[in-house]
Amino acid sequence: MTANPASRWTLRILGLGYILLLLLIPLGFIFYKTFEHGIAPPLDAITSPDGLHALKLTLLTVAIAVPLNTVFGIGCALLLVRHRFRGNFLIDAAINLPFAISPIVIGLSLFLLYGTTGWFEPALAEAGIKILFSVPGMVLACIFVSLPFVVRETVPVLQEIGTEQEQAASTLGANAWQTFWRVTLPAIRWGVAYGVVLTTARVLGEFGAVSVVSGSISGQTQTLPLFVEKQYENFNLPGAFGASVLLALLALMTLLAMNLLKRKEDA
Amino acid sequence: MEAGTLTSSRAPRAGGLRLPGVGAGVGRGMVVLYLSLIVLLPLAALTSQGLSDGLGHFWQQVTQPQALKSLKLTLVASLVVVIVNGFFGTILAWLLVRDEFPGKSVVNAVIDLPFALPTIVASLILIELWGNKSPFGVHIAGTPAAVVVALMFVTLPFIVRAVQPLLMEMDREMEEAAASLGAGGFTVFRRIIFPNLLPGLGAGIALAYARALGEYGSVLLFAGGLANTTVSSVFIKQQIESGNETGAAAVSVVLLFCSLLCLAIVSLIQRWAVRHDRSSSELIPTPAAEGSGHGDGA
Repeated sequence: MTANPASRWTLRILGLGYILLLLLIPLGFIFYKTFEHGIAPPLDAITSPDGLHALKLTLLTVAIAVPLNTVFGIGCALLLVRHRFRGNFLIDAAINLPFAISPIVIGLSLFLLYGTTGWFEPALAEAGIKILFSVPGMVLACIFVSLPFVVRETVPVLQEIGTEQEQAASTLGANAWQTFWRVTLPAIRWGVAYGVVLTTARVLGEFGAVSVVSGSISGQTQTLPLFVEKQYENFNLPGAFGASVLLALLALMTLLAMNLLKRKEDA
Repeated sequence: MEAGTLTSSRAPRAGGLRLPGVGAGVGRGMVVLYLSLIVLLPLAALTSQGLSDGLGHFWQQVTQPQALKSLKLTLVASLVVVIVNGFFGTILAWLLVRDEFPGKSVVNAVIDLPFALPTIVASLILIELWGNKSPFGVHIAGTPAAVVVALMFVTLPFIVRAVQPLLMEMDREMEEAAASLGAGGFTVFRRIIFPNLLPGLGAGIALAYARALGEYGSVLLFAGGLANTTVSSVFIKQQIESGNETGAAAVSVVLLFCSLLCLAIVSLIQRWAVRHDRSSSELIPTPAAEGSGHGDGA
């Protein structure tokens, strides 16, 4: 549609004005607000013992959840695309669940499963394992919410590359393992990487599910997003903004990585 | 996040990398086990707790005034939000595909910001920007309007990324034919473009609606848990904190059911689109859906 200049400008003003108000002003505002009084206050907040602990714990959840979901994601995508099976549609549907379910509902589900009245309580208590209000529960929440990304980004790429090269490799005597490492994985690597970026971003920023299962104890079970909330509640705005800017920078890096990977994938 | 490609994984052809029979069985077993442990078992525990005292008690928990009020607010605010974002999202998708303006690639990238920015950070920014200390003098924090603004922020990319690829692949000859037969810009949009965008828009709206229904972080600080701003997710959190786990679970079951309904609608739209010769991958409302044309390059 070649819109006439008047309607073209109307659409531009509407669309770009909306973006400006909804996304760009808030993004600029956070940097302005954080560094309003120099770099020292936010820096102090992040380098406080609780801030550093929150940062470390956030990175720990990423270090556990992302590799697990990546391995699962690639394996699951291979099964869904390369192995026809009657029950595949059920697996397919179940994978989409974390996209649609409220993080609070996810948190509550884990809370009920591992809590004092939960199904696993007797066995866990006997073994002396604590899941709720400690790191394992938080990691489980992060794994839950970020589970679909790698599968969903890998499936279309696998479908697109087809099977000819894999067939050629196996004709030439490669076993399944060799075919995977030398042919399939290199062909799908940018799609997988894209999924990994989305998974990482989701785990870094997860708030609702983690807030239900963690108890948010400063210096113990607080990730950066929980730290932001706590600092705000304690009227420590520089602290809240310091941690927020760190998370916003990570978000911008995510956007950058997404754009670069998209270009690689298209190339 | 939220966000995601909801393509169905239909195997186009057999062959290629295949594990030997036993390997495939073991692999499938592990996938099912992982999914069950991480996703299905917790959801089963939730449902069983929600219904543990019988259907009557479940109904009583869901229909108690505060729970009902939160559900109503959530359903209505989410509806308003997807309609507003459906309008602006379609305009933005059109600008990114059909228009040229300086800074277009930046706009295209920044659309995904709500996918990447932690929701609690969004909430903090919004309350400082539109709260009591607002530099613009607009005070909406703690009102139902705040719920709407927070949800608009988090759901925008779903719509844009669902409509954009359809617009990119649309055959422009139809539009040119219509225009040459005398149709004006708006008529072309209404009669040609809009019907073609409908499946993507529908899928995007359904996903955005699911996301809005469950949103917690971004509304928490900005809208808060006041009498007329408590959305269901905030209500559930309050119930957990006050020890009413069964009540929390009951409202959660309702939300869960609504989420499943949204997913089912997306899946139905996809089936319809596949039958009508559109590849399902065009309905992927994720950042990945920019597709091969990539906004600024198309």
